[in-house]
Amino acid sequence: MWKWIQAFASPQNFYRISKKIIPWFLYPFIALTLVGLYWGLVIAPIDYQQGESYRIMFVHVPAAWMSMFIYIVLAVSGGIGLIWQIKLANVVAKVSAPIGASFTFLALVTGAVWGKPMWGTWWVWDARLTSELILLFLYLAYMSLGNAFDNPKTASKASSVLAIVGLINIPIIHYSVTWWNTLHQGASVSSVEKIAAPAIHPDMLMPLILMSISFKLLYGALMLMRARDEVLIREQNMRWVKNVIMEDGK
Amino acid sequence: MNIYMQTLKRDLRIAIRNPSSVLNPLLFFVISVSLFPLAISPESSTLSQIAAGIIWVASMLSVLLSLNALFHNDFENGVLEQMVISHHSLPLLILSKIISHWILTGIPIILLSPLLGLFLFLDSNGISVLMITLLLATPSLSLIGAIGASLIVGIKNSGMLLSLLILPLYIPILIFASSAVSQAQFGLEITGQLYFLGAILVVSLMAAPFVSALALKISLE
Repeated sequence: MWKWIQAFASPQNFYRISKKIIPWFLYPFIALTLVGLYWGLVIAPIDYQQGESYRIMFVHVPAAWMSMFIYIVLAVSGGIGLIWQIKLANVVAKVSAPIGASFTFLALVTGAVWGKPMWGTWWVWDARLTSELILLFLYLAYMSLGNAFDNPKTASKASSVLAIVGLINIPIIHYSVTWWNTLHQGASVSSVEKIAAPAIHPDMLMPLILMSISFKLLYGALMLMRARDEVLIREQNMRWVKNVIMEDGK
Repeated sequence: MNIYMQTLKRDLRIAIRNPSSVLNPLLFFVISVSLFPLAISPESSTLSQIAAGIIWVASMLSVLLSLNALFHNDFENGVLEQMVISHHSLPLLILSKIISHWILTGIPIILLSPLLGLFLFLDSNGISVLMITLLLATPSLSLIGAIGASLIVGIKNSGMLLSLLILPLYIPILIFASSAVSQAQFGLEITGQLYFLGAILVVSLMAAPFVSALALKISLE
């Protein structure tokens, strides 16, 4: 296993293999998104309380899940890069940050659009909204620290330290703001018992699950694409990069 | 006298010989607090409601301003590098520097806060709770801030960057501290908030010197 990881994690092999993997993320993403959106926007029943406008949930909730998921990926792979000095982990951490920030931004914007008809206001200083906003700040801080160094190696290490400190802080921030103020509706899909008997209609739950899988696939595809570019930039003085460029030029 | 006490004394001595580096953040603290009545309203009822928040935000910003200098001079003249390669424990050396930073900024802020509380019509109960929260939490500000300061030590023009890195991490402290003061003004129980602030202090006291040492090693390599 370890040898396999090391072989895959060498930038050259990664560049070669990832090209074949990307379609396996991209095409299922397109298919699942089409099915999920049709199911969510057309088939799923109208909510008895929120009417049609709840349907933005099928983008909002998966985006919010992704925003946290990607931060965890970013901090963990940053930690792997820091401890085991795997170059590829640093690349994954770096290229995940803008994608995660975009999902966070998407969650905030769709939340605002949803909040206007439901709560009568674009923004409230509610616990979940606030912790999502702070998560966006953490992403931006991570990115600006990464850009501040000239040496990419130092940049990865320093920003990984920040990401890990941020990861430890996220639960503290979350509970402090929850304690401070809460208006947001409770989670409909959270604990294990709730998955067995969720507080949500199956015709609403299925598209939600499809969309969340499709967003993960999108993240996988985007991350691999960006990682390929980043690998080329970081290894620009190596012979294999020259060969790759020469082959693509033909 | 051991090396850690010597580091502490050295930082204090440097600060005494160059008092403006200590006084400027405090002056900023006082001036920025006194801007709020001018901008919002001179009414005592309005001001006493938001006094705790104003004083807390201002004290965070002034701590941030002074954090820029925490490692900067030592980095410029090479002392920091000597600390990293010396056989003494780097986390403890950093802890000495953090303690001296707290003595130079945290304690003066705590001592100034009753005066500013009076400016903002905080009652005596509110002022004493404000001082307790400052006493419990300003050390955490210095400790967490040291992580940020050591991450950016080699970067030029890093002042803005430090606030980007550190302010999101300060948010829990801000929430617990200012809610403790405003709850105390209504005569409500505040032990919960104080416990949280104490817990944050303990965790950051244990973790921050080590993380900061790791970050310094990364920045200096």
